[in-house]
Amino acid sequence: MNLKLKVWRQENADDPGHFGIYMVQDIAPDMSFLEMLDFVNENIIADDGDPIAFDSDCREGICGACSMVINGVPHGGQQGTTACQLHMRHFCSGDTVTIEPWRATAFPVHRDLIVNRTSFDRIQQAGGFISVRTGSVPDANATPVPKEDADLAMDAAQCIGCGACVAACKNASAMLFVAAKVSHLSLVPQGQPERERRAIAMVKQMDKEGFGNCTVTGACEAVCPKEISIDFIGRLNREYGRAILKKGNA
Amino acid sequence: MVAKKKIAKSKGKTSINKTSRNSADSMKVSSRVKKPFILKPNIPPGPISEKWNKHRFNLKLVTPANKRKFEIIVVGSGLAGASSAATLAELGYNVKCFCYQDSPRRAHSIAAQGGINAAKNYQNDGDSVYRLFYDTVKGGDYRSREANVYRLAQVSVDIIDQCSAQGVPFAREYGGLLANRSFGGAQVSRTFYARGQTGQQLLLGAYSALNRQIGLGKVKMHCRTEMLDIVLVNGHAKGIVVRDMVTGKISRHSAHAVVLATGGYGNAFFLSTNAKGCNVTATFRAYKRGAAFANPCYTQIHPTCIPVSGSHQSKLTLMSESLRNDGRVWVPKDKKVAEKIRKGELKPSDVAEKNRDYYLESKYPSFGNLVPRDLASRNAKEVCDEGRGVVASGLGVYLDFTDAIQRMGENTVRERYGNLFDMYEKITGNNAYQNPMTIYPAVHYTMGGLWVDYNLMSNLPGLFAIGEANFSDHGANRLGASALMQGLADGYFVLPYTIGQYLAEIGEGDRPSLDDPAFISVQDEVECRINTMLSIKGERTPTSFHRELGQIMWDKCGMERNKTQLQEAIKLIPRLRQEFWSNVKIPGENASLNQNLERAGRVADFLEFGELMCRDALQREESCGGHFRSEHQTTEGEAKRNDDDFSYVSAWEYMGENKKPKLHKEPLKYEEVKMTQRNYK
Repeated sequence: MNLKLKVWRQENADDPGHFGIYMVQDIAPDMSFLEMLDFVNENIIADDGDPIAFDSDCREGICGACSMVINGVPHGGQQGTTACQLHMRHFCSGDTVTIEPWRATAFPVHRDLIVNRTSFDRIQQAGGFISVRTGSVPDANATPVPKEDADLAMDAAQCIGCGACVAACKNASAMLFVAAKVSHLSLVPQGQPERERRAIAMVKQMDKEGFGNCTVTGACEAVCPKEISIDFIGRLNREYGRAILKKGNA
Repeated sequence: MVAKKKIAKSKGKTSINKTSRNSADSMKVSSRVKKPFILKPNIPPGPISEKWNKHRFNLKLVTPANKRKFEIIVVGSGLAGASSAATLAELGYNVKCFCYQDSPRRAHSIAAQGGINAAKNYQNDGDSVYRLFYDTVKGGDYRSREANVYRLAQVSVDIIDQCSAQGVPFAREYGGLLANRSFGGAQVSRTFYARGQTGQQLLLGAYSALNRQIGLGKVKMHCRTEMLDIVLVNGHAKGIVVRDMVTGKISRHSAHAVVLATGGYGNAFFLSTNAKGCNVTATFRAYKRGAAFANPCYTQIHPTCIPVSGSHQSKLTLMSESLRNDGRVWVPKDKKVAEKIRKGELKPSDVAEKNRDYYLESKYPSFGNLVPRDLASRNAKEVCDEGRGVVASGLGVYLDFTDAIQRMGENTVRERYGNLFDMYEKITGNNAYQNPMTIYPAVHYTMGGLWVDYNLMSNLPGLFAIGEANFSDHGANRLGASALMQGLADGYFVLPYTIGQYLAEIGEGDRPSLDDPAFISVQDEVECRINTMLSIKGERTPTSFHRELGQIMWDKCGMERNKTQLQEAIKLIPRLRQEFWSNVKIPGENASLNQNLERAGRVADFLEFGELMCRDALQREESCGGHFRSEHQTTEGEAKRNDDDFSYVSAWEYMGENKKPKLHKEPLKYEEVKMTQRNYK
């Protein structure tokens, strides 16, 4: 198939950026979206052009590296699918496809479609953990975890940290991401001692990084490649409220 | 300045000779103090069950107050890297951790699906440390080091406790206790899992421990930073040279010791289930500085992957082996029928039962579709080579669930394998409830790696290798659910003890300054190499070289190898390498984010490393585990080991550019486990 690509080109964080237009031919329906970009890049290099920079690594939907908005929707709009698992058979010859990076203050662009997501790491560093020293732990079966809790924790823990939720949100809020981690750790007994501390610290860091507020429109849930439920945002709000009441706004 | 002069000289078309001279030159300061090449495994004496305990007692300690005076570099942030960096920092050491991804959470450990083994015996089904040890040695086809494997089995139980305490949401039973599943190569249920995302959850556990230490200031994390070389001072590993992948800045980092947790080299084949960025550069650079590379020919080919769909293919996707529990593998008996299927003239359902060849069931009546990975893979290749493959490329066989759906109903099949069927449909566009899946083997894991002693230290003092980057625990074949176990065992429970011995011996003063001539010289070399590559300005992209190398490796050093083909590969690869150094085309410059430059550096190393893999496969005149030499098989077509001549670890010493590497042998002694021939008929 033949496509017209409109791709965001930006040399670095300081460059204002622009759309580049690429007419591409002979796209096979079995190509993944990223393989299509690989193919386009090989042609760009052959023509002495500047290839399109984009992040990807595992290419099987689990590492969370790929991060592009395709035709206005993060990851391209196939339910529960990352861009690397999106295949060209969902496009038609003659289509114009617009490709942009995640757009959010907290995710500055490094180059073209590659953004800096270290703000997510810093939120995790603020409290997204259970403080255990290697070796000084009880036997795993000494702390039973009800199956329902473990399953729900796993639903939240599946987050791949890609940032699509932020990219989809009109406020660029990171609530779904933070909610997933806070929920996961507050649902298991091992996470109880630091429960309040964690919720307060992570929310505080999230605000500090420049993510916007949540107005519960649910765009995040709709694009999440792991289909993480917006219910967890309700849970985060409750965890945060509970923590403030218990500990005060530290 | 020095570097600039060299570039000026090498402007224009650069020949292979020039590059080789560059690298040879610079060896002068950095590693000229050549120590004799000694491989001392340092296996502690005494009964196998006592070795680790006694050894831990005998290891020297660094007192708590002194630990903060030591600096340790950890390269890689997967299971091994993240767990070791976090644990070392907890102990009080100052750690610098490096990864090429934008976040440590994205290391490729994240993609492991199945689970993690541990000898907990929670199912009361007769498991024990000894049994896990025995299964691992046998599964490795008697080519691993007994003492290391026993220790792995011993610490496996602590891993589950550790991860559980970190909040890893392992699968649970209704009573709240941990659930287990069984896995290939074992008769007990000892595999712990978190749905089909065990690797992800374990890595996020290790990442959370790492984050805590980053937050506390004990680990300095460097993301989007690629290690390009290692620095030796007086023969000891004392630092690394890295490139900031956003700005292109090359910088030096010194430490008291360097830990490589940089994974495997499956991407030598271009197409593999590894992530796109996985590469051999860190371990290969260490090899070029004098570290021994062990068993590079041992690669594991996984039988149930989605077949290649065209020349655009960038990587392969694995589907859990559990599919073989209920799916039946077949191809048409007649290759003319297969040809019609490939052309789309026939559908699989058009092939009558009597015209189908369920080759695994007929050849291995007792194990059937559940034979070990290497057998399933090799047989698929065999039928496809006969012209009976069923996908357009000819390289694919059916995995058919029709019988399972009839027997159990579609809903039960959906409950068991729904996520895999969904993934299959996403990638191929086909519904596997209605038509059989097509599968083909793909490179998946590499058992070889840097040679290490019992302390996980390479033959270069101060250089440690952990996880998939080392060689010691899986022999010639890794069992399912053992990679996660080994990565975390090394990182949480082995290295943090054993590194203390080295640090206590050298003392806190032994950390060279960044202005040491060895550091300056290695940085010069790295910059020179980059500039040389950029100045070639040829016709072919790094990816096109990588694809071609991958094809050579797959054809001649893949699932089945023989002398003629390996010798051909050893001729072809240097030619391709030569072309690379005169005809590679890298757009852009060093001083910015340049993905083709990153790729080119990795491909350049694979172009040398691939040859080493072939040389190793050539010298090992036997078949064992993942290494199958067609000259060495039983009359029934099974792998035939030669224990008299080949029960050794092959450890290669680098001898210089375009020179034959030197083979050293570490003999393997089996005192506990009796060596037998595997039989799955």
